[in-house]
Amino acid sequence: MEEPDKLRRFEQAVLPHLDSAYNLARWLIRNDHDAEDLVQEACLRALKSFEGFRGGDPRAWLLTIVRNTCYTWLQQNRLQELTTAFDEEIHTAEEHSRSPEALLLESADASRVQGALEELPPKFREAIVLRELEGMSYKEIAELCGIPVGTVMSRLARARQCLERYFTGPVKQGALL
Amino acid sequence: MSCPQNETLIHGYVDGELDLLSALRLEAHLKECPSCALAYENHKALSRTLKSGPFYFRAAGDLGQRIRTALVESNPAASRPIASARKATWLRLSRPSWALLGVAASLALVALVALRFVPWPQHPSPDELLAQDVLASHVRSLMANHLTDVPSSDQHTVKPWFDGKLDFAPPVEDLSAQGFTLVGGRLDYLADRPVAALVYQRRNHFINLFIWPSTERSAQKAVMRQGYDLIHWTHSGMTYWAASDLNYRELAEFVRLVQDRIPP
Repeated sequence: MEEPDKLRRFEQAVLPHLDSAYNLARWLIRNDHDAEDLVQEACLRALKSFEGFRGGDPRAWLLTIVRNTCYTWLQQNRLQELTTAFDEEIHTAEEHSRSPEALLLESADASRVQGALEELPPKFREAIVLRELEGMSYKEIAELCGIPVGTVMSRLARARQCLERYFTGPVKQGALL
Repeated sequence: MSCPQNETLIHGYVDGELDLLSALRLEAHLKECPSCALAYENHKALSRTLKSGPFYFRAAGDLGQRIRTALVESNPAASRPIASARKATWLRLSRPSWALLGVAASLALVALVALRFVPWPQHPSPDELLAQDVLASHVRSLMANHLTDVPSSDQHTVKPWFDGKLDFAPPVEDLSAQGFTLVGGRLDYLADRPVAALVYQRRNHFINLFIWPSTERSAQKAVMRQGYDLIHWTHSGMTYWAASDLNYRELAEFVRLVQDRIPP
């Protein structure tokens, strides 16, 4: 493939999904500057392996590369975030008995929701982002993250339970992690 | 607290990802179990909040340009002017088409097989072929355990599910009071285009109602094929096909109810 033609085809296939790429990176990295750099790095990596891209969903393909780039960066810069165990004790037990009102969830302050989502471990955060913000199916998420479909469902379940518990009342605020 | 064995399934149900059998089972359970029903309402509310809230980070306006520059610099051989990404909007539309291509391929196969074994007139008319396609689609939806993509009896769940999957908004009516329970919706492929399939249930019989926009105008027609009744009509720029093994009288009643609900 001629280089200019390759670049043109790459831009046509991939750049329309820049918002999706940035949204995922921004949620995983949690700051604008690094997220932008990582999206750029991911695009350069994507261009290099574009020869290997044989059709299919360009958004999913780009997001897979963005995700890998972000996880590599997290490993180098915020290893602790990746290795922090999700505390089963805190996240299951007695809080289950208290359910928030659906109304409370719907009228929740956006910055509080965002804060709660940012506190989730990356694997749970990305499940919510891909499902609720990108509208991806379980199957698409499973392929993107390299996990079984059942795991997608259980990660979403855990993530949603945690987010909801964040809104059960003042006592439990901040007890997410 | 929801029943532990159902908690994860409720999320699959909220996301429209359960197979029909699990969805029906869970729906029945939600009617009986207030704590699971509450959990379901909460998960749905949270999902709505996240979907509709200001949580999507869009790329800054100059990021695209910055990346384009970086791409060119990393690729010195590329000197020709570069097409703007905006010209490629059709590519955004091409994303779901692979799935549809698969559906179309399997549909074509079913149609081919059907045509081989069914004694058709030498030159079936386009209507005749379409009726056969509709029937194939109906039968396949029951055989392949793929009746619905979005299993829900709530028209306000089913209708928005089609947003972004179709270039039209199919009218979704709740007819449970009249004895036709909405089971869910599905994306299908007929007449060379993606179409909406709404699934209703009457006793043990399923009805597929296929809807897509067309310029065709046709009076109501009924055909019977291989023990299935098909009723076809057009209304306000939409084509409708109802298919079921239900008896003709009840299917016609269903069609009348749908027609009554759709605004002129």
